[in-house]
Amino acid sequence: MSFRRKKGAEVEETLKRIQSQKGVQGIIIVNSEGIPVKSTLDNQSTVQYSALIHQLVMKARSTLRDIDPQNDLTFLRVRSKKNEIMIAPDKDYFLIVIQNPSA
Amino acid sequence: MEITYVYSKFRREFGRQGLFSDRAEAVMVDIQPNPRLMSNFVVKTPRDQASQACMDMSEHPRFESSNCGINHMEGAWPKDINPRDLEQTVRFKKKIEKEENYVNSLVHLGYVMDHCIRQNNTIDIYQEHFKEDEIEKVPEFPTAKTMSVFRDPNQVKRTITGLSWHPDGGRKLAAAYCSLDFQKSPPDMSFDSYIWDLEKPNYPEMALKPESPLVCLDYNPKDPHTLLGGSYGGQIGVFTFRTQVVPRSCGTPGGAILWWDVRKLSEPTERLVLDPSREGNLDQALGAISLEFEPTMPTKFMVGTEQGMVVSCNRKAKTPAEKIVCTYEGHHGPIYAIQRNPFFPKNFLTVGDWTARIWSEDIKESSIMWTKYQMSYLMDACWSPVRPSVFLTVKMEGVLDIWDLLFKQSEPTLSVKVSDKALYSLRIQDNGQVLACGSHSGEATLLHISSGLSTLQKNEKSLMAAMFERETKREKILEARQREIRLKERSRSEQSREDEAWREDGDEDPEQILAKVESDFYSMVEVEMRKRERERRAAALIWIRRRRQTR
Repeated sequence: MSFRRKKGAEVEETLKRIQSQKGVQGIIIVNSEGIPVKSTLDNQSTVQYSALIHQLVMKARSTLRDIDPQNDLTFLRVRSKKNEIMIAPDKDYFLIVIQNPSA
Repeated sequence: MEITYVYSKFRREFGRQGLFSDRAEAVMVDIQPNPRLMSNFVVKTPRDQASQACMDMSEHPRFESSNCGINHMEGAWPKDINPRDLEQTVRFKKKIEKEENYVNSLVHLGYVMDHCIRQNNTIDIYQEHFKEDEIEKVPEFPTAKTMSVFRDPNQVKRTITGLSWHPDGGRKLAAAYCSLDFQKSPPDMSFDSYIWDLEKPNYPEMALKPESPLVCLDYNPKDPHTLLGGSYGGQIGVFTFRTQVVPRSCGTPGGAILWWDVRKLSEPTERLVLDPSREGNLDQALGAISLEFEPTMPTKFMVGTEQGMVVSCNRKAKTPAEKIVCTYEGHHGPIYAIQRNPFFPKNFLTVGDWTARIWSEDIKESSIMWTKYQMSYLMDACWSPVRPSVFLTVKMEGVLDIWDLLFKQSEPTLSVKVSDKALYSLRIQDNGQVLACGSHSGEATLLHISSGLSTLQKNEKSLMAAMFERETKREKILEARQREIRLKERSRSEQSREDEAWREDGDEDPEQILAKVESDFYSMVEVEMRKRERERRAAALIWIRRRRQTR
């Protein structure tokens, strides 16, 4: 019981550490089907980001795999005029962080 | 027909490999054509062969599209969970959070992400670390491309006499439609003026219905929801997007300028009579055609008149006589447009008759720069809001000219034939890249100018300032010289006032002068036409010679 709680606390701790970094605007955790599991943004933005970014990650991953089947996506950065969206993909989940580095 | 070749072989040689030997070829069979078979056939003339020398057109009608929103629904939830039910979704999420897989991957992802975030915060990884030499831009040919055309949806086409861009980003264009042919407008002509959205060129976004057709209109620069329109019947109306204010009548000004406060439209707040002799006499007043008002100089404004004079006025003067500061003469016909240079407010551009002239406020005798006499009447002009040396004019033959004073002063840098009908109005957007021109047949054409003509070049401001100063100085020197000569003449005439011969010379018949001027004019035109004919013939000969050479 306590072991599991510690693990749960680790997730919280990780997210808190990320949130406290300079310029971080929001964090979303999405599972492999595109369902947002956890988010620090409001519901509408969460749904929008998770749906759109999920598709983007799938496309990026399949692109790399098509070129070289041994390869895989490790990280995806989308830099825009206003901020940067960073996506860390995993087998079942991915972590999306929106950061404004100049802020 | 069977072709056979018979050969014989010894029995003991059966089964042996075939030994081939080469031999010269010999014709085995020769089948000649049989002319008698021709009678079985008949030559078919004419043959039907369909071909088309025109463009491939689509069979479908003009494609019209409309914008509407899309409702995004949440998907990807497993079948047994209703996405709307908050309790179920929360329970599902909590279940996921408890999985071990989730925790492990999250922790790992957290480390990766942390690293990248810190990277971002430490240095700007996309910054230019080595200053590269500025790439020399290849000088591109200036171009103007037509993007879309907005056509008057009514059957009876009217001229577009006024255009105005929406002050907030210029996504909308308001156009005033009115038939300028005095008393020739057909009875069922519509009075509407339209507001167009740039994304939807097929039909106007909004229609303004005044009591009489609008001749000019303008967006309120401070309030993008109100429009001011001046109509053919001499009325001014304020249109807002919430309700339409009925325009108040004010009586045809004709020679007087009236100030109106939008809040009190029943009578003008001030009145100024455009009389050059400053007597306030309405009979001597000039008809005003165009007005120039620079919001950064709220006390001064200028009026272009029908007689070809520009009157500069001061709003704050106490007496009406002092209101008219000075006049600038130079045009032979009504001045259709007048605008100050947005970068050098002391210089302004006027357009009327067949020339465009640039003036400096200090020099009242003549313009400091002017274009050659063009082939047709210039109807409207404006400066480019981003480049101090570029201005644009539209002509009666449907041509848009873009002039770049730093590049070429004798001719327009770019001449675009926008339409076959005369172009009456021109407005450029604040970004300097998109402009709209309105034609006689009610078409507003949207053009996109190449970036070479709409980006500020290096040193452009200083070069233009130097040019204006140089021309102003030249005119000042000429003016001083003229004054000297006149002074000398006057002193000389005072001396020889008793001289009879001088008086006789001075009494030249005005009719004689007119006849002389006429004959001079015609001879000049003849010379010019002959020169053109010669040039054309020479060009034709060269062309023929070249063709012969290539053959």
